Amino acid sequence: MVKMEDIGARILAGDHQVQYGQNQRTKIKALVVDDNMINQALHRTLLRNLGIENHVVGNGREAVDVHCSGRRFDLILMDLDMPVMNGIEATKKLRAMGIQSTIAGVSSRSVDENIQEFWEAGLDDYQQKPLNFPKLVSILQKVNHSV
Amino acid sequence: MDRNQLQRQVALMRSSLIEQVPNPSLPSLKLLVGYLDEQQFLQLEDLQDDVNPNFVEEIVTLFYKDSARLFHNIEQALKSRPVDFAKLDNYMHQFRGSTSSIGAIKVKNECNQFKEFCLAGNAEGCARAFQKVKQEHETLRTQLETYFKLRRQAGLAETV
Repeated sequence: MVKMEDIGARILAGDHQVQYGQNQRTKIKALVVDDNMINQALHRTLLRNLGIENHVVGNGREAVDVHCSGRRFDLILMDLDMPVMNGIEATKKLRAMGIQSTIAGVSSRSVDENIQEFWEAGLDDYQQKPLNFPKLVSILQKVNHSV
Repeated sequence: MDRNQLQRQVALMRSSLIEQVPNPSLPSLKLLVGYLDEQQFLQLEDLQDDVNPNFVEEIVTLFYKDSARLFHNIEQALKSRPVDFAKLDNYMHQFRGSTSSIGAIKVKNECNQFKEFCLAGNAEGCARAFQKVKQEHETLRTQLETYFKLRRQAGLAETV
């Protein structure tokens, strides 16, 4: 099991080149679910810089479909407001499918706004956008790398 | 202009783009409000490496390309009768999310004003606020273009 706490401490100390796993067998896999191109680019680059393999989809329906195709991820960064299927519906569906990946809600809504429904859909964590290294490290510390 | 001078210019330009807090010993000084959130913009620059040396410029280019699409949608929605405020709010929410990701605080503040008018169902207010959004958006574009030009010149000077 990868020790996220140790790696997280190194990243917060400025070591942004820490690799999450040195080989394909242990490499963390993440799914970015966001309809915004700028956020897609930002989240991909944040993950890539941490050595995390990542895949991007543009809405909740595509996130469900990619799991139906058999793919699995350690971490899902789930946006809330998306067309076709939003983050709440997608999270509910994934949990109903038995997906136990760490799902972190990432939205521009503040914690004061009503994100309770998002949490109740099955999130493991929530961070307000924009995402950055400290927030991503905080999320990664909750990932159980078993995929 | 030599490399050191260019790099100093780049640093000065970056500081002027970023929000500054006034010296507390001089409260009469007007707050210097820059265009970018320092933390977010520096985070973006921090993501640049050998694999992705122009990440910030690329993401800003993407931002302006996507903005054009969203602005067109907002303009069309403002012209429609009756005005669909839910649609307007949705488009502006998307744009605001992008401004936040690149740290464009002044543009984001104008987006917040737009949202207030949207929630109040005030079409005229929305139209006025949208003009301000576009103005700040263009001003930032000009500032960033100058900043990136200086950076490229400073970068080229390093290889000479």
